[in-house]
Amino acid sequence: MSTAVEVRNLKAWFGPTEALHGIDMSIASTHATAVIGPSGCGKSTFIRCLNRMHETNPEARAEGEVKIGGMDIYGVPAVDVRRRVGMVFQKANPFPTMSIYDNVAAGLKLNGMRDRRVLDEVVEHSLQQAALWEEVKDVLKKKSGASLSGGQQQRLCIARSLAVDPEVLLMDEPASALDPISTAKIEDLIFELKQKLTIVIVTHNMQQASRVAEFTGFFLMGSLVEFDRTEKIFTNPSDKRTEDYITGRFG
Amino acid sequence: MTRIRFHQELEELKHRILAMAGMAEQAVDLAVEAYTERDLGLCQRVLTNEAAINRAEREVDEFAIDLLAMQQPMAIDLRFILAVIKINADLERVGDQAVNIVQRVMNMIELAPAELPVDIPAMAARARAMVRDALRAFIEGDPELARHVLVADDEIDRMNKEAFAALSACMQSKPDWAAQALDALSIARNLERVADHATNIAEDVIFWIRGADVRHGAGQSLAGS
Repeated sequence: MSTAVEVRNLKAWFGPTEALHGIDMSIASTHATAVIGPSGCGKSTFIRCLNRMHETNPEARAEGEVKIGGMDIYGVPAVDVRRRVGMVFQKANPFPTMSIYDNVAAGLKLNGMRDRRVLDEVVEHSLQQAALWEEVKDVLKKKSGASLSGGQQQRLCIARSLAVDPEVLLMDEPASALDPISTAKIEDLIFELKQKLTIVIVTHNMQQASRVAEFTGFFLMGSLVEFDRTEKIFTNPSDKRTEDYITGRFG
Repeated sequence: MTRIRFHQELEELKHRILAMAGMAEQAVDLAVEAYTERDLGLCQRVLTNEAAINRAEREVDEFAIDLLAMQQPMAIDLRFILAVIKINADLERVGDQAVNIVQRVMNMIELAPAELPVDIPAMAARARAMVRDALRAFIEGDPELARHVLVADDEIDRMNKEAFAALSACMQSKPDWAAQALDALSIARNLERVADHATNIAEDVIFWIRGADVRHGAGQSLAGS
C-alpha cells in the first residue's frame, strides 16, 4: 500500500496558541482516512494544513513536513498544492450566481483552459463522478448552483473539486448538514472516488467514519492519540482515551 | 461521563443476563439433585422452569438488539453486548442440558436402582464450578479467572471419558443394568456439555475485556497475557 500524504512533525498555530503538537501520519493512497475527535481537538486544522488552507488565516502558521506524492507542499506555491489537493467543506459553497456548468468548470478556467470541447468533457465526467450528472444534465446552463438542494450542492462542490483532477480530496464534515439520504449518497460517492484518489475526511459522526474509512485517526487536544485501521479503532482501540471517546465516556 | 442513559442500560442488560444465569444454574442444581434423590417432583420443576428460561433468553436478546440498533455502541461496549448475546444463548443451552438430564432421571426412576461406576455428583460439582467461575469472571470483568475456566474444561473432558469407559464396561458385565448405565452415560455427556457452555462463556468474557478471540484454541497467548 503506497503513501499519498506523508506528514512529519506537523505543528500549527493560531497566533501564540499551538493547535497541533507535532503530528506524524502516513495517509494511504486510494483509501479513505477518517479524522475524528472532540470539538477543538485540531482535526479541521490538521486537514487544512494538508492543502495550505490553514495559512489563509492571517494569524495562523504551520511548521513541519507535508509531502504529497513526494512533493513538499510548503516548498511550492499554494495554488499548485490546491490543484493537487481538493477540498469540500461542511457547508456547500457553490458560486451562487454561476450556472451548474460554470461552477464545475471554474477551476479549469482559472487555470487557463478555454477549449470548449475539453471543458464539456470535464464537466460531464466530473458530474458523473460526483453522481450528479443524471439529475442536472438537462439544466446545466439554465440553473444556478444555488438553486440545487443541499445534498446536490455538496455533490456539485465535489464535482468542482474533481474537475481539476486532484490526487487527494479533503472533506471537512461533508455530510453533517445533510439529511440521511443525501448523506448516504455522499458516502456511496466516497466509495467510488477512493478507487482513484485519496480521501481524508473529518467527521463528528463516528458511524460515518466506520462506514467509509479504512483508516481512522483520533485527535485530542492537538495530538494524534491513535491511528490505525478503522475496524481496530472502533472495536478494540489500543489507547484508553480513544476508547473513552468513542464509547461516550468523555467528549 | 456522557451517554449516561446508555451506560445505565448496559448495567440493566448485565442484571438481566445475570438473572437468566441464576435460572440456568438452578436448573442444573435441581436436575442433579433429582438424580441423587430420584425425585420426580424436582424433575417436574426443571421442566416447568424451562419456559421461564426460554422467555428470559428472548427478552435479553431483544434488549441487546435494541441497544445495538438504538445506541450504535463502539469498542468495549460493542464487545460487551455481543458477548451478552452469545452468553445468553449458552445459558439457554445450559437450561436445555438440565432438561435432558431430568428426562433421563425420569427414565431411571422407573427402573430398578443400580450401583453404577460413575460419580455424577462429582462431575456435576466440577461443571457447576466452571459455570460459577465463568459467571464470576463476567460479573467482575476478570479475564484471568475466565482463562482458568478454559483450563478446567480438560478435567471434565477426562471425567466424561472415564465415565464412558466405566459405564460401557458395566453394560457388558451387567446387562441388567444396561438401561440405567445408558441413562447415566447421557447424563455425564450432558454435564460435559454444561462445562462446554461455561467454556464458551469464559471465552466471551475474554473477548469482551481484551478484544481477543480465543475460541478453538486461537490466541492462547492473548488469553493468558
